[in-house]
Amino acid sequence: MAEPVAVKLTIKDFKSDQEVRWCPGCGDYAILAAVQSFMPELGIPRERIVFVSGIGCSSRFPYYMNTYGLHSIHGRAPAIATGLSVSRPDLSVWVVTGDGDALSIGGNHLIHALRRNVNLKILLFNNRIYGLTKGQYSPTSELGKITKSTPVGSADSPFNPLSLALGAEATFVARTIDSDRKHLQSVLRAAAEHEGSAFVEIYQNCNIFNDGAFDELKDAGTRDDYLIRLEHGQPITFGKDGQFCVVHPPGGFGLEVRETASVSPADIVVHDAGVAEPAYAFALSRLPGEDLRNTPIGVFRQVPRPSYDNLVHSQVEAAKAKATGTPEEQLAGLLTSGDTWTII
Amino acid sequence: MTKQVRQLDRVVIRFAGDSGDGMQLTGDRFTSETAQLGNDISTLPNFPAEIRAPAGTLPGVSSFQVHFADYDILTPGDAPNVLVAMNPAALKANVGDLPRGAAIIVNTDEFTKRNLAKVGYTVSPLEDGSLEGYSVHPVGLTSMTVGALADHDVSKKDAERAKNMFALGLLSWMYSRPYESTITFLERKFAARPELVSANIAAFKAGWNFGETTEDFAVRYEVKPAKMPPGTYRNITGNAALALGIVASAVRSKLPVFLGAYPITPASDILHELSKHKRFGITTMQAEDEIAAIGATLGAAYGGALGITTTSGPGVALKGETISLAVALELPLVIVDVQRAGPSTGMPTKTEQADLNMALFGRHGEAPVAVIAPKSPSDCFHAIIEASRIALTHRTPVILLSDNYVANGSEPWLLPDVESLPDLTVEFATAPNGEDGTTFLPYLRDPETLARPWAIPGTAGLEHRIGGLEKADKTGDISYDPGNHDFMVRTRAARIEAIQVPDVEVEDPDGEARVLVLGWGSTYGPIGAACRALRQRGHSVAQAHLRHLAPMPGNLGEVLGSYDRVVIPEMNLGQLAHVIRARYLVDAIPYNKVRGLPFTAAELESMLEDVVKNG
Repeated sequence: MAEPVAVKLTIKDFKSDQEVRWCPGCGDYAILAAVQSFMPELGIPRERIVFVSGIGCSSRFPYYMNTYGLHSIHGRAPAIATGLSVSRPDLSVWVVTGDGDALSIGGNHLIHALRRNVNLKILLFNNRIYGLTKGQYSPTSELGKITKSTPVGSADSPFNPLSLALGAEATFVARTIDSDRKHLQSVLRAAAEHEGSAFVEIYQNCNIFNDGAFDELKDAGTRDDYLIRLEHGQPITFGKDGQFCVVHPPGGFGLEVRETASVSPADIVVHDAGVAEPAYAFALSRLPGEDLRNTPIGVFRQVPRPSYDNLVHSQVEAAKAKATGTPEEQLAGLLTSGDTWTII
Repeated sequence: MTKQVRQLDRVVIRFAGDSGDGMQLTGDRFTSETAQLGNDISTLPNFPAEIRAPAGTLPGVSSFQVHFADYDILTPGDAPNVLVAMNPAALKANVGDLPRGAAIIVNTDEFTKRNLAKVGYTVSPLEDGSLEGYSVHPVGLTSMTVGALADHDVSKKDAERAKNMFALGLLSWMYSRPYESTITFLERKFAARPELVSANIAAFKAGWNFGETTEDFAVRYEVKPAKMPPGTYRNITGNAALALGIVASAVRSKLPVFLGAYPITPASDILHELSKHKRFGITTMQAEDEIAAIGATLGAAYGGALGITTTSGPGVALKGETISLAVALELPLVIVDVQRAGPSTGMPTKTEQADLNMALFGRHGEAPVAVIAPKSPSDCFHAIIEASRIALTHRTPVILLSDNYVANGSEPWLLPDVESLPDLTVEFATAPNGEDGTTFLPYLRDPETLARPWAIPGTAGLEHRIGGLEKADKTGDISYDPGNHDFMVRTRAARIEAIQVPDVEVEDPDGEARVLVLGWGSTYGPIGAACRALRQRGHSVAQAHLRHLAPMPGNLGEVLGSYDRVVIPEMNLGQLAHVIRARYLVDAIPYNKVRGLPFTAAELESMLEDVVKNG
């Protein structure tokens, strides 16, 4: 894991010379600004930070960061970043991806990076639509979504990205929103500190092809009643006046929302991101309804597990430590191992 | 009883049996004993893709052919002089390959009514006279093995399984092989079960003693050591040589090696072997799929590792998009394709050379890469080092086309001196290269190689962004400029053409040849053997063999133009011939077979004789 060193950087240091070319009003601008202004906090020199992306609107992100950056191919960023991270444990590697990139064409790489616990910070910009290809439904679009490719409505059920990540036993799973910079940065901070894969879903508005997809979570009139702000160690209550809460009903498998007044305070679930079993965080991820009510944001799960990078690296280092002689001598020894014969 | 000893200059033996009979192991051991003796050797394993097809059936037959001689040989031999058939299926599947007069040793215990019926024999071929033209030795291999192990503390099943060692002992006696290495091998292999060590050694010795005492084998043979250049040798398969070549590339480049792979026949052995050599700074990753395997490898290459991904044809198809990305990123990357018979799953354990078109052309857009092919098992070692050299020096993907024949075949290998191997060290970019002294231009090129700087993350002041989108010359910024795209496409093609490859050498001993045989990859042995045979019979024929398929050697056009006829034998439907015709306007004669097996020298000799005589 990239260790912080004493470097003083500012937001300016992280802006590249490239003109940002997202559509005016795109949620990506807010995320870019939030990430750029957060980066100095890491205390990691720019040259040791790498952004790797796939294909899609969000995947242009690396061009705008004045760090090392690799804009790769559709869906493959987690695989490419895995090779980079495993072979270069001194780097801080970030993956920027979208709902189509990560969950459709690249679904396999995402789940395998998460199960391995590769030391990657994965930011999934979820706008529930294909933007770059101009408006087809995505694997997070709601059932019945009417788009260019589904004129009478999509027939496939969406993925819940957090449920998927938790199913893959990701060790760090969080959700935040493009428009809430303070919250977004708090999640980035927690993700950056995590050893292993940190999976962050960022609700992001595509104002051209799916405008207003998350309005209820943003509008001042509704957001407090819709959003559940998870805080580790705190009872899960929400609503303007804290009138709702989350409980674990006896006999059930999951969690449910109740009116706070109707339950005993002792029955309100106290959020614990460190629960070893992913079932708890999974239950949290199932709370939102189709109308976005009861949408938790914050860190769902954060548990310790050795990263793939460390395990692989320590095998290589252990083998090196046991070896004697120069590499050339070792090679000569290897070539002549086994059954050999000599002709004079 | 003293037996007659007869000298031979060469012998071809084929061990054939059921998949569970241990024929590959038996063949390996006989080969190892033969190597110890100093004969030249070439081997050909031939086994089904099924792990264990139904016992006693034709699809379950597994065989191992070994050719050894007192002179240097090029192929595993066309036709066996000796067939060891462990059951009726093995006899039926192989008897057609035997010349009249060949010896057949059969395990009579397996010639039961039921086993005969399984492969469609209504009468035993041992009794119906159909084998009259051969020298048949009926031996109760199973019962004699079980008998010899009566005093050993092993189950009947384990005793029966040792019958391959009885057969090995008998053959080792027949051909006067030194067997110490086999004893050592058995002690190592069964170290955890001492009772099996003694049982297998006893079975081996019983077979040896049987040869010495039975009247059925009146003659014992000797094949004297071959005259080979002095030095230390070991017997090596292509896949093992390739893995060692990767280790050597790590040592000679002083770079960490990252090997990303997904299990696939017949390439998996390379992953297995390299996973044992972490001490050389080699990281192996068994990825979730072929695409991830090359993706992770490319990511590691971006980070400054020597990135190598190993697979077979179906895997290369999946990796195509990432190879194109590597072409655009201009990063070093080695892709090993151990070819097998296609299309689709095809015949995974059989050989073919039909991925040449894919290697040369199988990507979207103009995406040229370097392509090279080893010609023999031991050549895989040097070919992968050459692939690494090109990738590192020229910052380009390189495809190495091995195939199942060289990958699993074996031959003696004169071990190279480590210091004599090429120096593969590279320099990473460390400072800005722009005229202003502060700007870094990731696509500013070396004027000779046209390679761009390899600026790895962690290098302060060289932060830059690259990707699959078309890049502006020098700056690497995104560019949709028509002129720039045209320039970049042509530059990527010129980069490959700028790779220095040695001239192709022509073997034309008397200088009188009017016919040139051009080959590539694993056909080197059979073509060479056919040419030798023709020359011995007074004909003139020239042989040239391509290691570099992209770019091609600079003198190739001149060489092709020096002969009246050019013949191109390939285990595909004419892929190299197509390229040669298009590129050099030479009316080459293709000779093609796609049977999943290497050419025999005899068929090439007969085809070439016709061309030499009749033009």
